[in-house]
Amino acid sequence: MTAVPRRRMVPAYLATGGRSRPGTEGFERLTVLFADRADRAEPPTELEPEHRRLWELLRPGALTVVEAAAHLRLPVSATVFLAADLVEAGCLHARAPIPRAQQTDRSIVERLLVGLRALR
Amino acid sequence: MDSVPSGSPDDRPHDRPNDRPDGRPSRVGYLPDRDQTLMKLLVAGPFGVGKTTLIRTLSEIATLHTEEAMTETGRPVDDLAGLPEKSTTTVAVDFGRLTLPGNTVLYMFGTPGQRRFFPLWQDIARGALGALVLADTRRLADSFEIMDMIEEQGLPYAVAVNRFPGSPDHPPEVLRAHLDLHAATPLLLCDARERGSSLDALIALAEHVLDTLPAAATDPRERP
Repeated sequence: MTAVPRRRMVPAYLATGGRSRPGTEGFERLTVLFADRADRAEPPTELEPEHRRLWELLRPGALTVVEAAAHLRLPVSATVFLAADLVEAGCLHARAPIPRAQQTDRSIVERLLVGLRALR
Repeated sequence: MDSVPSGSPDDRPHDRPNDRPDGRPSRVGYLPDRDQTLMKLLVAGPFGVGKTTLIRTLSEIATLHTEEAMTETGRPVDDLAGLPEKSTTTVAVDFGRLTLPGNTVLYMFGTPGQRRFFPLWQDIARGALGALVLADTRRLADSFEIMDMIEEQGLPYAVAVNRFPGSPDHPPEVLRAHLDLHAATPLLLCDARERGSSLDALIALAEHVLDTLPAAATDPRERP
């Protein structure tokens, strides 16, 4: 029974409610999504199934938008909509790939290079 | 091909962990910290050149992919009238993750090489530090399209020739001439199945990216 792929109840493109929404501009593939420890027991508000799947995926730990999309088998764009809704509802937090502590392009690439060489 | 130790170095479909038949998410590799610096590099090239192999070789998580619905550009809508095909194409974009010393995580995205996916390509390329272009000496010309796109984006890149069994070996100067490479663009040989070789390719790319950036005092982000 479990070997039979289930047809999804809500097509991916409908998971966004078919709308475009404001508040998604800051999101990209590597935006980090996470829930507060205190938030992890139950979501504060009743969530729709697709939102709930994302929230439950992120309950144990942080993931990027693109990883969440891959695990949920949703397009990145739909995942961004869901994440933006959850952030707006206070159920989830999002942060940029580069933490705010000011880093220059050069210092970032230097860190990349040092890190890669250390693995060699 | 028979002498290949562990599969061909191309990127034919493989076990895809987020395609579990029961529809449940595969084992999830969560990020250990929330304050890591996340970086992005692209691994670009034509189909079958070894993009996914290289990503899989380096990734600490089982490679994942997203299904991206793409409206193909430059295709008249009338062509589709009465046809059963959809007006969009779905492209699988593979990616992997590598945690580096220093609270840094590198994401590697395999990016499609055809211009008709340019909008998707641009979207994936946003925020990338650079691109590693993979090429196969049996069909070097297949990498031209993606190289043009990368140059148009102004993204620094290095070219790695993925060595396939039976592929002709050409001297570097011949390859450089065929690929019409800028003198500063790194060109190296690699085996996408080997970790050290794949790391060397990324190191060469990172060194080149660093060379393209202005010295610390004139970092563009510090200008108004």
